[in-house]
Amino acid sequence: MDFLRDPIGFVIQWYVGWLAGLGLPAVWVDVIAKLTGALVLATGAMLFVVFLIWYERKLIGRIQDRFGPNRVGPWGLLQPVADMLKIFTKEYITPIGADKFAYNLAPILAVAAVLLLWSVLPLSMTVVGTDLNVGLLFLIAVGGLGEMSYILAGWGSNNKYALLGAFRLVAQLISYEVPLVLSALVPVMLAGTLSVTGIVEAQEGVWFIVVAPAAALIFFIASIAEIGRSPFDLIEAESELVAGYNIEYSGLKFGMFFVAEFLHAFTVSLIFATVFLGGWRGPGAEEIPILGFVYLMLKTFVVYFVTILFRGTLPRFRIDQMMNLNWKVLTPLSLALIMAMAIAGGLTRDLPIFWQVMAFVLVNLLLLALTDQIMKIARRKKAKVNLAIGTGQPILTSSTKHGTGE
Amino acid sequence: MNGLQAVFLLAALVSLFSAAMVVSARRMMHAALWLVLTLMGVAVIFVTLQSSFFAVVQILVYVGAIAILIIFSVMLTRRVMEDHGDQILPGWRGAALVVVLLFAVLVGFLALWQGFTALLVELPPEADNLLELGKALVSPQGYVLPFELASVLLVAALIGAITIAVDRKEERGG
Repeated sequence: MDFLRDPIGFVIQWYVGWLAGLGLPAVWVDVIAKLTGALVLATGAMLFVVFLIWYERKLIGRIQDRFGPNRVGPWGLLQPVADMLKIFTKEYITPIGADKFAYNLAPILAVAAVLLLWSVLPLSMTVVGTDLNVGLLFLIAVGGLGEMSYILAGWGSNNKYALLGAFRLVAQLISYEVPLVLSALVPVMLAGTLSVTGIVEAQEGVWFIVVAPAAALIFFIASIAEIGRSPFDLIEAESELVAGYNIEYSGLKFGMFFVAEFLHAFTVSLIFATVFLGGWRGPGAEEIPILGFVYLMLKTFVVYFVTILFRGTLPRFRIDQMMNLNWKVLTPLSLALIMAMAIAGGLTRDLPIFWQVMAFVLVNLLLLALTDQIMKIARRKKAKVNLAIGTGQPILTSSTKHGTGE
Repeated sequence: MNGLQAVFLLAALVSLFSAAMVVSARRMMHAALWLVLTLMGVAVIFVTLQSSFFAVVQILVYVGAIAILIIFSVMLTRRVMEDHGDQILPGWRGAALVVVLLFAVLVGFLALWQGFTALLVELPPEADNLLELGKALVSPQGYVLPFELASVLLVAALIGAITIAVDRKEERGG
């Protein structure tokens, strides 16, 4: 294998060959190679967060007409390193009455749950941790483990604000998992497999975001809610509340939650790019596998950029609005979408692929337009009800109740 | 003993030990966490049986949903659910006898069942066991009837939950 065309795959092959050359049995070679791969991938992903934090702060700064970090190193690149060193030296404070086991387990579990997601994602044609035949299900199941860490953190800190924050967070995560799973079923139906590698391979002709734009939209919204980014950041709500589940954490234990949050945000972008944007696919990616890795990173950064744009521009939801969006719009829409896609796929089974794709796109756009109309009607009705209350009885506004003269 | 057997033994020991801890832990929260470990151990056993689908569904449903709901309800009852008294009931000998008898009866009847001793058919290497499972669940020769019955049961449970949770207008008016 050529080193220049596929450096990562080349190194992996060389390493496995070297291990086998030491005279170890084949089973042990496999175990050691996988363990090393996991170690390298996890360390690389966690170090990558240093760059992500800088990137996000810089972008948010630009959106808000600031410079962002610009003092430490060129363009402020070393700012996260300085912050990291600072957080290493801080004192660990364990609150009185905290459940030590749960309190200390939570940050580890939070990072581990995110790192586990990387184990089934194909990074290029030749580099993939494990090709599970239930890969997509694995992604969702492991994502659920993260919720456990937030509960443990909230409960273990012996603080009622942390507990309330954990309740709010887990309520949001469990709710948005429903449309997330349902919309992820659409690519599974189109690819005919649960394996992530298989889903990437099935997008050879056309990306799934083109075939199923509605599913991609639901998946994107639900994954933003899963990572608790604005406009779904009412679990943190820095400007209104005292943080949330992680209020009692200090030093590196807080840092672990911080790393988990940033890495999760990047990882869901990676999952979106893999499932809907064709993963490592691109011109020439099969002949030169390293190009596939570059394509995947480009796609991921485009998705990540959009989530940061959301974070920098959209105001926060109220909790009832957030729940309404999930249970009254996204969940019914994704259920209807699955049924409509199945029917459209069944009816156009014998047609050429072009007409199949057209049918899928038509179904998606129709459902999106219908949802939009229904939401508009509901809003108009609500406005009418509010108006009726307004004319029926005079509303006490703050100015009449506590006027300036009082 | 090969590696697979070692993993199986380890997973079985961990799940049995944590299952014992579920009933003997003094704090409800710790019992719930031990339960999570037990369920994870069962998932590992599914993996050693090459049934990755069941392993992932075990984590998705039992750890991701049911254990989280249990922990959710335990969190609401902090301090109330702590046990300080003696953990062994006075009549534990009778209980142990009943448990042993029940276990013997269950194993005895299972041994009589012909599926218990039937040899498993190995799938051809190119077959996807997930695909075979999916086909078996919807084929009339397979498990379509139990599958549909379970679905009806779940729908009934859903409707029941909604009926309980909905606040009726006449009650509110009165």
